[in-house]
Amino acid sequence: MDVILFLIFATIAVVAAVNVVVQSHPISSAISLIGVMGSLAVLYLLLGAEFIAAAQVIVYAGAVMVLFLFVIMLLNAGTETRQSKSETAHLLGVPALLVFALLLAYFIRSQPDSGVHFGGFTGGSAQAVGRALFTTYLLPFEVTSVLILIAIVGAIVLARKEI
Amino acid sequence: MDPSTWFYAISLIKILVVFGVLMTTLAYLQWVERKVIAHIQVRPGPYFVGPHGLLQPLADVIKLITKEDLLPPYVNKPLYLAAPFIAVSMALLSISVIPFGPEIDVFGYHTYMQLTDLNIGVLFVLAASSVGVYGVALAGWSSNNKYALLGALRSSAQMISYELPLSLTIAAPLLISNTLSLRKLVETQGGNPAHAGTLWNWNLFHGWQWIGFLVFLISAFAETNRIPFDLAEAENELVAGFHTEYSSMKFASFFMAEYANMITVSAMAVLLFLGGWVAPWPAEYGSGLVPVAVFALAGLIAVYHGLHPARRRDRFSLPAAGLVFLFIAAAFLAPFTQSWLLPLFWFCAKTGAILFAFIWVRGTLPRFRYDQLMGFAWKYLFPVAIVNLLATGLGVALFG
Repeated sequence: MDVILFLIFATIAVVAAVNVVVQSHPISSAISLIGVMGSLAVLYLLLGAEFIAAAQVIVYAGAVMVLFLFVIMLLNAGTETRQSKSETAHLLGVPALLVFALLLAYFIRSQPDSGVHFGGFTGGSAQAVGRALFTTYLLPFEVTSVLILIAIVGAIVLARKEI
Repeated sequence: MDPSTWFYAISLIKILVVFGVLMTTLAYLQWVERKVIAHIQVRPGPYFVGPHGLLQPLADVIKLITKEDLLPPYVNKPLYLAAPFIAVSMALLSISVIPFGPEIDVFGYHTYMQLTDLNIGVLFVLAASSVGVYGVALAGWSSNNKYALLGALRSSAQMISYELPLSLTIAAPLLISNTLSLRKLVETQGGNPAHAGTLWNWNLFHGWQWIGFLVFLISAFAETNRIPFDLAEAENELVAGFHTEYSSMKFASFFMAEYANMITVSAMAVLLFLGGWVAPWPAEYGSGLVPVAVFALAGLIAVYHGLHPARRRDRFSLPAAGLVFLFIAAAFLAPFTQSWLLPLFWFCAKTGAILFAFIWVRGTLPRFRYDQLMGFAWKYLFPVAIVNLLATGLGVALFG
């Protein structure tokens, strides 16, 4: 049962991710991205990380992607036209893909083979995540929040009209 | 039968019952709303279909089903068709974690008056409601109509903004109760050794939580796109807002989604702040007799008016209705049904009171201007919600 669900949602995630790039209309791409977020949430749930799954849906599928969609609608972006002639893409694309594939293969091989245990992850509850964030990972957590604050201040400064 | 078969059978029955009751409530909530607003405005309201317009929802459903289902040629077809489905399914999904009562005993089988108890129940409701925004946003965009698009933009901006104070005020009672499961949330409000089973245990009366409750209610009005925050369908500016291009059952889906969201959010307010299915004072002091008194009084009044009829047909209809009410009053006294009817009564009474407040506000307040709406969320509600959360956190840390 777990394996079947995993295969279904992993397939959806990959297909939707490819669809994000393939689609020529920005709204279709954004909706595919929502599909990726949703199926990732199901994968988290299968692993037993229910809090992360809920946060994934609330934050990414619910808030971030709504804002994306909102901006696309507000700009009234139309269908992108395809330009096949791009020298840089041809020259850089293939080597970059090869390097990426090699790196991925290296990282997968260097991981110890532990096998997949569905629902075996125990640190996924709200208590466990909160404890980890405020003890072990306190510094990265706070640094991230300051980074986001800087981004917000920057956005306001850029968007501000002359007073 | 083995336990798993029992589990599936009971779950199926529960789903059917909850779905049926919910659908009937949705239809009749709209009748109640029209009646209440009519009486606020000193008119009779729906009156002709059935006694006091009681069959009006049925007539509306038949009308909506048999109406022509237009598909405008200029819409983005897949998204146009998917949007009402997303809206209504997400609205109905959140009902599945709402507990209506405690653990009950049906012919020796223990079950909960709730479809499923997730340990992240509160987050589940939030997630379902935040995905429900897509129904509105995509409906407005795919309709290819400027009024629909403006309505969708207003609605999604409003829902994102008001989700913040809503989530922050939800977090405060969660801190007090120290759980994310909706059932445990009610259980912690039910029993406190100091004053067991009274309404002083409710999160509403815990410190300054009534401020959080007010912020929650205001944000809930905005989240469900209700007056005074229904800018998304302001009919004097935007025709009908995001659902301008929808007709027949697709229009009805948006309508159902709005009312289902209202019910969910009222139920959440009851569970978070008002003690869920717990009676306001202990049963030793006669809280169990309240529903009996209410229904018996209604029954006696109906029987009295049936004996002194104003119209000829009242001679039969009113005593019949009175007898039904008296029968319900008797059911609250019988020990076999009392155990599950009493919690259900208190839950429905509290949820109904908040739903009535929704309708009351609609009959009373005018619509906000759009800049006022956004300013109100960010300049007043959001700071108040943050201060409330911080103060609650400090209180819980200091006093436990």
